[in-house]
Amino acid sequence: MPVIPKFVGERVKRREDPRLVSGTGTYVDDVKLVGMVSAMILRSPYPHARINSIDVSKARTADGVVAVLTGEDLRGKIGSVPCVAPAERVPFHPVLAHGKVRFVGEPVAVVVASNPYKAQDALDLLEVDYDPLDAVVDPEKAFDKDAPIIHEEFGTNLCTRSEVPNPQVDEAMRKADKVIKFRLVNQRLAPAPMEPRGVVAQWHPGLKQLTLWSSTQIPHLLRSQLAEMLKLGENHIRVIAPEVGGGFGCKLNVYPEEALVAYLAMTLNRPVKWIERRRENLSATTHGRDQITYLEVAARKDGEVLGIKASFVCDMGAYLHLLTPAIPGFSGLMMTGCYKIPALAFEQKFAFTNKMSTDAYRGAGRPEAAYIAERVMDMVASEFGLDPADVRRKNFIPKEAFPAPTAGGLVYDSGDYNLALDKALEMAEYKKMRAEQEAARKQGRLIGIGISSYVEICGIGPSALLPPKLKGGGWESATVRIEPDSKVTVLTGISPHGQGQETTFAQLVADSFGIDIDDVVVIHGDTAQVQYGIGTFGSRGTTVGGPALMLTVQKLQDKMKKIASTMMEVPPDQLIFTQRTIAMASDPARSIPLQQVVDAAYGYKMPIPGVEPGLEEKTFYEPSACTFPFGTHVAVVEVDPETGVVKFLKYVAVDDCGKIISPLLVDGQVHGGIAQGIAQALYEEVVYDENGQLVTASLMDYAVPKADMLPHFDCANTVTPSPVNILGVKGVGEAGTIGSTPCVVNAVLDALKPFGIRHLDMPLKPEKIWNAIRNAKKA
Amino acid sequence: MRVSLTVNGQRREDDIEPRTLLVHYLREVVGLTGTHVGCETSLCGACTVLMNGRAVKSCTILAVQAEGAEITTVEGLSSDGKFHPVQEGFWEEHGLQCGYCTPGMIMMATDLLSRNPDPSEAEIRAALEGNLCRCTGYQHIVNAVRYAANRMRASKGA
Repeated sequence: MPVIPKFVGERVKRREDPRLVSGTGTYVDDVKLVGMVSAMILRSPYPHARINSIDVSKARTADGVVAVLTGEDLRGKIGSVPCVAPAERVPFHPVLAHGKVRFVGEPVAVVVASNPYKAQDALDLLEVDYDPLDAVVDPEKAFDKDAPIIHEEFGTNLCTRSEVPNPQVDEAMRKADKVIKFRLVNQRLAPAPMEPRGVVAQWHPGLKQLTLWSSTQIPHLLRSQLAEMLKLGENHIRVIAPEVGGGFGCKLNVYPEEALVAYLAMTLNRPVKWIERRRENLSATTHGRDQITYLEVAARKDGEVLGIKASFVCDMGAYLHLLTPAIPGFSGLMMTGCYKIPALAFEQKFAFTNKMSTDAYRGAGRPEAAYIAERVMDMVASEFGLDPADVRRKNFIPKEAFPAPTAGGLVYDSGDYNLALDKALEMAEYKKMRAEQEAARKQGRLIGIGISSYVEICGIGPSALLPPKLKGGGWESATVRIEPDSKVTVLTGISPHGQGQETTFAQLVADSFGIDIDDVVVIHGDTAQVQYGIGTFGSRGTTVGGPALMLTVQKLQDKMKKIASTMMEVPPDQLIFTQRTIAMASDPARSIPLQQVVDAAYGYKMPIPGVEPGLEEKTFYEPSACTFPFGTHVAVVEVDPETGVVKFLKYVAVDDCGKIISPLLVDGQVHGGIAQGIAQALYEEVVYDENGQLVTASLMDYAVPKADMLPHFDCANTVTPSPVNILGVKGVGEAGTIGSTPCVVNAVLDALKPFGIRHLDMPLKPEKIWNAIRNAKKA
Repeated sequence: MRVSLTVNGQRREDDIEPRTLLVHYLREVVGLTGTHVGCETSLCGACTVLMNGRAVKSCTILAVQAEGAEITTVEGLSSDGKFHPVQEGFWEEHGLQCGYCTPGMIMMATDLLSRNPDPSEAEIRAALEGNLCRCTGYQHIVNAVRYAANRMRASKGA
């Protein structure tokens, strides 16, 4: 028998890939059912308008059309698209607009036809009579007296105002050598997964069962919300998240189309498919960020930061999606970053505007926080002529201080911020690059070095930290079953869509039972197969789903050791799992094959008192606390003074996500995160014009970076295990996005220092840089 | 309208609506769903297939324009149950995460390597600029293409 290697910590190729590289994965659009019809949605071309009438007569009689429905047809039939996060004003969010449209892309009517071409033909025959209204576009003007009101019932566009006051901040301002004031914008972004959203619904009238395939990150939470919207029992709904082509937070949601397509399948009694088009994806799938922050920073001339006072205006969009008003809270609480800044106070105003809702996008509140913290550090360094690395060192929470309470009221689990910074600076050859920068400046070349030392919050738990209306908490579930032939089936409550837990979880299970990785199958994303779970978001898959799995594995190991102990006449605590056997730890030659123990459990011919037949265990794991991954990214860029183009000379990332199960996959997560973070710094921006029209409605206008717009990433890790879970893991799904944006902005602004340019808002496009240089030269 | 063409080595004749896009023909008529639709505007490259050996975006070509052509999709790349070196490279180098852009990327990379058997990193990045990936940041894709290039050159030399 070949020796079975260890898998955890090794470079293991993904087990998801053979199907994906051969075109045999099944995404929602690949689901085909007998008698299936296609739905297409007519969307508002106006940001704000009254609907006078909709003429559906021509569309209804068009070739191949099965049904046409408008908002009026659905009144009282489907509940509000849900928002579970607390807010002072939560508007009713209809599946199809009635009376008024409130953003470009809002669903107005749906056509169902025999195929998408015919549905599109009929869509063109719908006639809507609109009365356009003035739109609220700038969130800072949403509260003006003469601003148009988006939801009349509220009489205001203020969704919520919240305040975290702290009198110590005023004290800090008095003690400071300087109070530095500035305004930062985290611009609106589109998550833009390569697979747009899609829904297929099938109604089984005899069973009264609904099966819904959706490109979602949260099949169980979606089932709960759909049950409420459609007034069906949860045990009458099966949600399947098949292959999901990326989510990045925008599929951590419940959308009008999910309820609508389900309703259509139920009422038409035919399977219905709706596939989002890219234009719809950019206009009617949740956006991210869109926060404006006014900052006052109390600092001493040695670089010590004494306090931060911030005032936020956050753009909610026209309606509240699942977690819309919950996102900015993280930006406030995490704003002090890796630093022992003693005093923090902030106020947040959430504005309704005539735009698509914002919600979670990779990082969800923490990229904004890291951007603030890291711009603060550079502003302080710049103000007092200090090295930005030294300012960070001066303010770091020291490694002896963990678990470390913060000014935001959180407790960081573990950290060694100097270690990551030192390693990143060494990899970037910081001192040498500073010398080169100096020499280059003399020749008129603009080289900039940017640093960002970030910390973020992952694996949000315990459950009390999540919104009370969310049916589910911060926990996660796992079932592990050893089948009669010793193969292992894992049912996990997370719902990976590219993260690769079919591989990492199999690595953990294989090592635990001394079996091969190919003996393990990991099943997820099907509410009929898997016990209730929460899903994949907030870097929680391995951070919360992993411990749930391992606790379940331990229960099974205990049971199997008990059985083996009787068979071998060895105490259970002296047994280990190795090479498909259960063996004595002190003498592995003394062993019995795993299969014999499995046979004993299933055959049950000689029952062991207190041991039930079968080999299946389940855990609902509630985390005791959050984890706080951290790291330092360094970017070295050169700005072309003639064109404003930014070129990367180096990109270094040192990330600490605690213990690493799969180094290859950690690199992959970090790379992808960095790409999205660089995109925020340099390229991407959702643009609505002054009338509220969406300008970036195609991939021609919305700048998802291409291969030649990104540098080579030089990545490394430090390993500071988390004490809050049995795996010591911290999460890595969002780290890259959080660390990268500020370091790139800091680098570009460092390059522009000779011109006295203090700050520019993202994205730092060539045009913006070129204009800033030109204006600086004029002045 | 009648269209006759070869898909992954198999000759086909089908009656289709003249406006049918090649990608919809492949997915809905032929039943090969490995080719994906990401933007319907030839900007993302998820729908890339080979037409007479060259990469094309099948979301902006009518099926009737492929009359008489030889089309290769991701399903047609492996032979004798073995992955094509480009498929192998993507697996080996973790060149994919969600997998949605992957078939298009693989077809584009196959086209590149047929023209340039030893591309530099910059050449690979330039060749892939019509194919968007939102997950990987492209570095592992570059590695995957380099891996495939080495494998293909080694097997030619052997």
